[in-house]
Amino acid sequence: MFLFIAIPIVSVFIQSLHIEHKQVIIVSENCDPFGCETTTSVDTEASAKLKEKAPLGKFNGFKTYSNRMHFAFDEIGEAWNSSDSFIVFVKKIYNFPLYRALSFTLTYTFVVTPFVLFLGFLVALGVNNLPKLLKGPTIFASLLPMIVTPLVGSLILFWMVDGDGVIGATLQKLFNDNSLSLKASPVLTWVMLMVYGIWHLMPFSFIVFYAGLQTVPHETIEAATIDGASKFQRTRHVVIPHLMPLAIFITLILLMDNFRVFEPIISFRAEAHATSISWLIWNHLRESAYPLYNAAGATSMITIFCVGILLLPVLIRTWRDFNEKNKG
Amino acid sequence: MNTKIENKLTPVRIIAFVFVALWLIVAMFPFIWTLWGSFKVQADFFSKADWANAIFGFHTEKQTGNFFTIDGYYGSWIEEEFWRAVINTSIVVFFTVLISLTFGTLGGYALARSTYRYAFWILMAGLIFRAMPHMTLVSGYLQPFFAWNVWGILPTTIIVLVAINQPFTLWMLHSFFLNIPKDLDESAMCDGCNRFQAFRYVIIPIMWPGVITTGLFSFLLAYNDFTVTSMLLSDENETMIPAIASFLGTVQEEGKVMYAVAAVVSATAPLFFLVMFFQRQIVSGLTAGAVKG
Repeated sequence: MFLFIAIPIVSVFIQSLHIEHKQVIIVSENCDPFGCETTTSVDTEASAKLKEKAPLGKFNGFKTYSNRMHFAFDEIGEAWNSSDSFIVFVKKIYNFPLYRALSFTLTYTFVVTPFVLFLGFLVALGVNNLPKLLKGPTIFASLLPMIVTPLVGSLILFWMVDGDGVIGATLQKLFNDNSLSLKASPVLTWVMLMVYGIWHLMPFSFIVFYAGLQTVPHETIEAATIDGASKFQRTRHVVIPHLMPLAIFITLILLMDNFRVFEPIISFRAEAHATSISWLIWNHLRESAYPLYNAAGATSMITIFCVGILLLPVLIRTWRDFNEKNKG
Repeated sequence: MNTKIENKLTPVRIIAFVFVALWLIVAMFPFIWTLWGSFKVQADFFSKADWANAIFGFHTEKQTGNFFTIDGYYGSWIEEEFWRAVINTSIVVFFTVLISLTFGTLGGYALARSTYRYAFWILMAGLIFRAMPHMTLVSGYLQPFFAWNVWGILPTTIIVLVAINQPFTLWMLHSFFLNIPKDLDESAMCDGCNRFQAFRYVIIPIMWPGVITTGLFSFLLAYNDFTVTSMLLSDENETMIPAIASFLGTVQEEGKVMYAVAAVVSATAPLFFLVMFFQRQIVSGLTAGAVKG
């Protein structure tokens, strides 16, 4: 018994080392007081060494957070003072990379998630009505958009909506506008990315809902039928309440996945019009002349903070459930 | 429960039918289109004049004398040395799956059998890890890897992928082992096995369904990863997905988009067969965490 508790502890320790490293590095980059306090002595040494080596690692307090690349407090204050209307102010804010990325990421997350939930549910209902013979192939075909590598999947779509690609060219013909390009306009780029997101994630919610539909108790449905409930009423009052916990689960996973949207932006080459937080970090690390570790670190911390806020309700809920289960 | 009433064609059923058919077209069409198009020349695949060109290969026939051409595949695999990326991908994927399954099985089993509270915390950690954008983790890894001079080689990437994958593997195998009744290994221990023997002779023979499902997902994570591999691997070591991404940069200008198209199809093909053969496991894996709540 001891052995089998020790092994996962070791493996968890290895994992925790990985997290520790990450914390050390972030500390060494922008040394926020929270991080510095929590590191162990060995790690502090390592990060101190790194700090000596890396000129970027010198103590900077929260300045990285408040500079132009991130929260840009000073610039916002200036913009607030200099702009005469609220719209101008918002437009100015939108020019700062972090707010740009944040606005796209949040919009993406909160548009794609409900769409995926709703459409996935509809498809699940539809497939549930299919004859048995067709179900297998249908599920197979449905799985593909999700299983395929995000970068590859979005590339495939990207080529199709290209001005010379099949969808792009057809759209141009439909609207009789040869210069119409989905890539040139910001709005269309956003729409395109979100359509891709829905296409990519819908199979997930479909599969989970479909599995949930198999567990709906038959007796309840029959009882509702006998009581005169129509098909719609049965769905509304029996099936949906039964699937509610699943919907919460899917929402949670979708929020997490959507929040880190990254690959489609690369393959759609949409960074001119839409950037996400993950893309911002990538850009800090990759596209600059030399990697901006502190900027990337600060953006990462902000991201982690945002994820924390997104997940907090769920975490609290799980904690409560777990406690209740243990008591009962 | 296929009673007569349920098989009757009602308007609702027809709507459902049409809706599913629509979804199938949306889901499948891009793949079929690209697969078909990958055997054509660029003038056909990106045919502004007439999309039918891409189907019948008008320009392909003119340029190469046949409806089908494997120029794209030849170009990407041989000229651009895509095979190197394929080999790298195989190495990374194989070891990632192997290592994360080894740790995941042992750890998941121990977690499922222990009664302490830390099981909850590990699962919570798993959840949080699942939520973190991988990019934030990678940005943390990058600097020490440069410092230790281990950047750009395959083992580093494998370790990082395993670390990212591990919470998920633990979580899945944990819930899988919970489903195996405790009585089973307890009775083995009554018969004189020690804990390890109980695991070896009782649990290992029946754990394969769960391990295969988890392995599939580890495979997908390692195979599909772009964030980690693109940041942590040097050019000669890069795997398929970053290789495709870098095709885009270099190839677009030369009018060799078809190379990238061929590479994309080559990268998708294994996934296609994977879904075909392991559909049941993938579905059960996706729903395992959910249906149990």
